[in-house]
Amino acid sequence: MYVAVKGGERAIDNSRLLLAEERRGDPAVPELTLAQIDQQLSLAVDRVMTEGSLYDRELAALAVKQAQGDLIEAIFLLRAYRTTLPRFGYAEPLETAAMHLRRRISATYKDLPGGQVLGPTFDYTLRLLDFDLAENGATPEAEMAEEPLAGAMPRVADILGHGGLIEPETPQDDRPVGDVTRDPMTFPADRDARLQALARGDEGFLLSLGYSTQRGYGKNHPFAGEIRLGEVAVEFVPEELGFPIEIGEITITECQMINQFQGSTTEPAKFTRGYGLTFGHCERKAMAMALVDRSLRAQELGEEPKAPAQDQEFVLYHADNVEASGFTQHLKLPHYVDFQAELVMVRRMRETAANNATPGDDFEEAAD
Amino acid sequence: MSTQLPTQIPTGGYNFAYLDEQTKRMIRRAILKAVAIPGYQVPFGSREMPLPYGWGTGGIQVTAAIIGPEDTLKVIDQGADDTTNAVNIRSFFQKTTGVATTEKTREASLIQTRHRIPETALSEGQIMVYQVPIPEPLRWLEPREGETRKMHGLAEYGVMQVKLYEDIAHYGHISTAYDYPVRVNGRYIMSPSPIPKFDNPKMDNSPALQLFGAGREKRIYAIPPYTSVKSLDFEDHPFEIETWDGACAICGATDSYLDEIVTDDTGGRIFVCSDTDYCGERVEAGHKGADDEEKAA
Repeated sequence: MYVAVKGGERAIDNSRLLLAEERRGDPAVPELTLAQIDQQLSLAVDRVMTEGSLYDRELAALAVKQAQGDLIEAIFLLRAYRTTLPRFGYAEPLETAAMHLRRRISATYKDLPGGQVLGPTFDYTLRLLDFDLAENGATPEAEMAEEPLAGAMPRVADILGHGGLIEPETPQDDRPVGDVTRDPMTFPADRDARLQALARGDEGFLLSLGYSTQRGYGKNHPFAGEIRLGEVAVEFVPEELGFPIEIGEITITECQMINQFQGSTTEPAKFTRGYGLTFGHCERKAMAMALVDRSLRAQELGEEPKAPAQDQEFVLYHADNVEASGFTQHLKLPHYVDFQAELVMVRRMRETAANNATPGDDFEEAAD
Repeated sequence: MSTQLPTQIPTGGYNFAYLDEQTKRMIRRAILKAVAIPGYQVPFGSREMPLPYGWGTGGIQVTAAIIGPEDTLKVIDQGADDTTNAVNIRSFFQKTTGVATTEKTREASLIQTRHRIPETALSEGQIMVYQVPIPEPLRWLEPREGETRKMHGLAEYGVMQVKLYEDIAHYGHISTAYDYPVRVNGRYIMSPSPIPKFDNPKMDNSPALQLFGAGREKRIYAIPPYTSVKSLDFEDHPFEIETWDGACAICGATDSYLDEIVTDDTGGRIFVCSDTDYCGERVEAGHKGADDEEKAA
């Protein structure tokens, strides 16, 4: 006699136990600490904080550890935690011109006030596997400069702004900034909502979309006006005080892309901007975000949207990797009721086709 | 459903039913609007849940917003209470609310489901919560949300009729087997969620309140009790549901939705009820399947 499969609950419990064991790996190998992940896998922590939209290195490190290094899973863990946090207010806009820089480069000027500051980057390394590192070799020490960097360096876009060559970036109205984590997206989406969605968006997805614009799918002639990495103060205005106080300092990467704009009948030719901002050091993401931000501005700048990267619904509905990962992987859930419905349907269609076919037709045999 | 604030409930450091009260209020408002406009998709500020998108986050948020300490919860997936996803969601609510759970359709005040409507008729006061992956019935005909919202606003449903007509022209019948579109209260075309079309007639004029949650797509919609729900069709091609030649191998039912179970690798198969509670109830009442009778003979 057929007995229906039972015991889902116990199987699930056992699966969870097995996962915990797999995560730990060989117990003879020392367990990773959160400090080790924070310090030595810092770029993983940065990405998880950025796409998880939560600035907390320790929690992000915990998420990376718990997710066995699966960063999209770690981002999901952090988001699910973030959503339970009470919201006591919104910080003041960050003043990135006043940030303490560790890296600042511009591809549009050879030299500029404050200079080019290379900082820590993979850019000038030869991608040769370092076998000394495998042996836990000594770390070379970087020498301290003779004098510190300038306290504040003007942003390249602001330098261009003085000549009126680039569009000003000022709020278009006094409407409060939206919040995509509280309100559902509506289309056409405003730039505040778009930038938020892009900041949370998957690095790989934005990278490929940005790349597609460089290859001609919605080309917008970008220059890396400036990329800067450093620490910036976060200010908050408590209701009872009425003036801003500094509540902390965060590390961010900011990218300003400068793009050509041909001008129109009402406006002279000028440069336009694409903007990218991430927590921590996520340069590739910030650049990709800036490219896609500019692409999504096609309509407001009077360009005919033709390419995927210029299509708001396409980009914004598919950029979130927690949504994409969940829905892709939901195909693992049982679908046998729907599959049964399809089976009944396909059998019926084949029957109909077989009945309609002339005798001796190949189709009839295939339908058996 | 109860608004009474719970006390002394084991919730593991989280609020009752996981969501904070502000979020619940926002969801309840969306539900009220949805009930007031049957079949209309209400956008809501869907939250990230500790389960993945696509795994029932919309249904879970709806359930979390309306569940009260006196509720009795039933969770099914594919008609069964013990499928992995149903087990997972049920244990989530057990942990965060401590409410009583049941596998009996009759005993439940709240039923969260994925892909099925129970065979046992629902009654007044019961609430069905459906998990919805793609709430937009016109999505396969028009991928843009901006467009589909306009089409709903103007009740411009010609493309859907044409699609169904083309099916008939090509195959002799409508080729949609599940998630078969319905018209609610004579106005909005609505996705019934991916239930087999076999279940569509159960939605019509149901005494239960039916709520639909789509978490990833951030939409809630509803069918109030005793509301007309008509599966789309044509006068000369009326809507019809799946039928099977056989009966359930366990309980002998011929009126329930059957799952096909492959028994060997040479094409052998039997059919059993997808609704495990219904099947179990029939067996208890003394019904037998062909499988048992063969063995007995």
